[in-house]
Amino acid sequence: MLDKADDDLEMTMVCHRPEGLDQLQAQTNFSKRELQVLYRGFKNECPSGVVNEDTFKQIYSQFFPHGDASQYAHYLFNAFDTAHSGSIMFEDFVTALSILLRGTVTEKLQWTFNLYDINRDGYINKEEMTDIVRAIYDMMGKYTYPVLKTDTPKQHVDAFFQKMDKNRDGVVTLDEFIMSCQEDENIMRSLQLFENVI
Amino acid sequence: MAAGVATWLPFARAAAVGWLPLAKKSMPKPPVDNSSKSDEILYVNVSGVRFQTWKNTLDRYPDTLLGSSEKEFFFNEETQEYFFDRDPEMFRHILNFYRTGKLHYPRHECIQAFDEELAFYGIVPEIIGDCCMEEYRDRKKENQERLAEDTEATEGADAPLPPDSTQRERLWRAFENPHTSTMALVFYYVTGFFIAVSVIANIVETVPCRPPKGSVKDLPCGEKYQVAFFCMDTACVLIFTFEYLMRLFAAPSRCKFMRSVMSVIDVVAIMPYYIGLVMPENEDVSGAFVTLRVFRVFRIFKFSRHSQGLRILGYTLKSCASELGFLLFSLTMAIIIFATVMFYAEKGTKNSDFTSIPASFWYTIVTMTTLGYGDMVPGTIAGKIFGSICSLSGVLVIALPVPVIVSNFSRIYHQNQRADKMRAQQKVRMARIRMAKKGTANAFLQYKEDRGIGDRDSDSTTMCVKNRSTFEHQHHHLLHCLEKTTLCMTESAFRTSRSTSLSSQQGAHNNSTGCCPRRARRRAAMRLANSTVSVSRGSIQELDTLHSKTTTITPQTRSSLNAQPTDLKLNCGEQDFTAAIISIPTPPANTPDESLPPSPAPIPGILRNTRATACTYDTFKISSL
Repeated sequence: MLDKADDDLEMTMVCHRPEGLDQLQAQTNFSKRELQVLYRGFKNECPSGVVNEDTFKQIYSQFFPHGDASQYAHYLFNAFDTAHSGSIMFEDFVTALSILLRGTVTEKLQWTFNLYDINRDGYINKEEMTDIVRAIYDMMGKYTYPVLKTDTPKQHVDAFFQKMDKNRDGVVTLDEFIMSCQEDENIMRSLQLFENVI
Repeated sequence: MAAGVATWLPFARAAAVGWLPLAKKSMPKPPVDNSSKSDEILYVNVSGVRFQTWKNTLDRYPDTLLGSSEKEFFFNEETQEYFFDRDPEMFRHILNFYRTGKLHYPRHECIQAFDEELAFYGIVPEIIGDCCMEEYRDRKKENQERLAEDTEATEGADAPLPPDSTQRERLWRAFENPHTSTMALVFYYVTGFFIAVSVIANIVETVPCRPPKGSVKDLPCGEKYQVAFFCMDTACVLIFTFEYLMRLFAAPSRCKFMRSVMSVIDVVAIMPYYIGLVMPENEDVSGAFVTLRVFRVFRIFKFSRHSQGLRILGYTLKSCASELGFLLFSLTMAIIIFATVMFYAEKGTKNSDFTSIPASFWYTIVTMTTLGYGDMVPGTIAGKIFGSICSLSGVLVIALPVPVIVSNFSRIYHQNQRADKMRAQQKVRMARIRMAKKGTANAFLQYKEDRGIGDRDSDSTTMCVKNRSTFEHQHHHLLHCLEKTTLCMTESAFRTSRSTSLSSQQGAHNNSTGCCPRRARRRAAMRLANSTVSVSRGSIQELDTLHSKTTTITPQTRSSLNAQPTDLKLNCGEQDFTAAIISIPTPPANTPDESLPPSPAPIPGILRNTRATACTYDTFKISSL
């Protein structure tokens, strides 16, 4: 009980300020102006300077109202929270965005691999992949057309492993992943689509 | 979606990269974003106070004025800023809404002013934040209630009847509002007197009188003077029956009338008598008959038609029904608990009064209401302890709901006071309106005189420009045009009726030639005056009906103007227009009336004499003629 009170106090008092604008500009691929716009939006939403997982889940549930986005939001949060501190600060936020929007293909695929690799052991196994895929399908919700069957996620995972796992050892390493994605035309093309988001 | 979420959208889109390796098909093309990438600062000038904000901030809510392209209408090219001629204080709150996503209601502002601002900027009041929503709703409801009362007060009881009302309607009106006619007032007092007589008779007939000769026992007066009391009772019941039947006949909706409380009371008051008449002189039944006589005391409730205070009390009790219900329920619970405890505590003692739990109810009630008759007292120590707890808790339980009832009563009482005050002030207001009307009529006459001079001598038209605004000039010109338009069609009719109007100054009868039926006009004008007083919605329609009813015979030449006493002619001719000029009351902002165009400017000249009326809307509405 005392801990919780302390936690609450900490939450209200914590106010994180990011490093200087110049440093961030050096670390990321954004211009000063873009960083300013990003920070304004971020600060408006989170005056304390940090985003915690609940806020994240709330945001995602508003974007995907038909289904349950909480599990995917959890995985995504972990992907952003590189320091595993339990909260995302502006630097993490901007670093990830820089990779996703302005990064090289390799960097983007690396980030994606990181997202799928839930336990951060360098390998994606079938369970991790199933969890991710199931979380994504949960986001879709129940009222889809055609109606999702219960083993659709499993089929999807199997197809994925079919494509990605080159040496058929049951796990996908980073190199296998990057190589397989570079062979796929669709993926390469789609990676360019999101560059104009900001 | 909330603005806050919109800020996160780009980031969510970026994170969609994470789905790409899993996707079976290729992604759709993203939407093309044509807007300028760089964010710019916008300048918004509200009545001289300059606000600056990012364009993004305003774009958060695209369905409001500031967020959509509607604001381009207010863009001033010279100063390169958006200019709004509104209240800067209020704008602060509006702009804060864009910035923080929460709309707050400033407590010191008038609720209607706030609503109007919201309506102007296209913001729906429903998004007021939770912190201010309750306050907003309370004040809005209070305002609406007050306006509803005002409407009721002004266009209600005292408005004169239309001339074509039937006997029945007049009768009903006489019953509901006794002070409208002398007969009704007389009837009102007579019934009041007889109610009092009846109640006093009921009381007196139970008082013991001196016994008649030859008997020792005291007799109640009712039995001694049986015949006298019976006659008095009969007379009262006859009057009440007559009154009830008259009301039933006059009521516009008989079913509704029969279900109303007052009518039920009337019936209950007179029924015992009739049942007594019908009942045979039977020993068995007369016991029940005696019980019925108790209902005669209900006649005292008939006084509530005569007393407003009694009505308020009744209404308060009705509106506090839930609090009273709660009080009753909690008292019952407490009584049962304490009665049980006391019974078991006192069970051991002999000669205890607490013979059973229901018997203990009496003790509990007497103790909880702090009456303490003392006919039942606990003997054991435990009994005394519980008894004291009982009396302490009784005080608490009864004291809790009482303030709620009191505040309800106070609110309703003040509402009534306000309604009475409004009625009293209405006469003053009407007098002021009449003066204002005369003023404008004079202005118009003056204008026409000047034009009359001007027609003959064009040089002196410049003299007409006294101290009238451009607005007045244009307005008078418009009215003049209208006269000219309609004159051609009705001039002949006017000429024939003029002679008759000359002879009958008072114009109490309607002219059969179809010229201005003066009485109808006066009444219609008075009705209009009534409607202009109140800030009501219905008056707009009334204004229209006024115009459709009245004819447009007007005196055209100066000689005709001078020949008649200005009073009469004003009634006949100018009243139309001046009545129309005066004021179209502002409809309450919470029900924005789409048909009203916004007023370009107030009417300084015309409303010079009416300082207090709340009417600032335009006269251009008349052009709907």
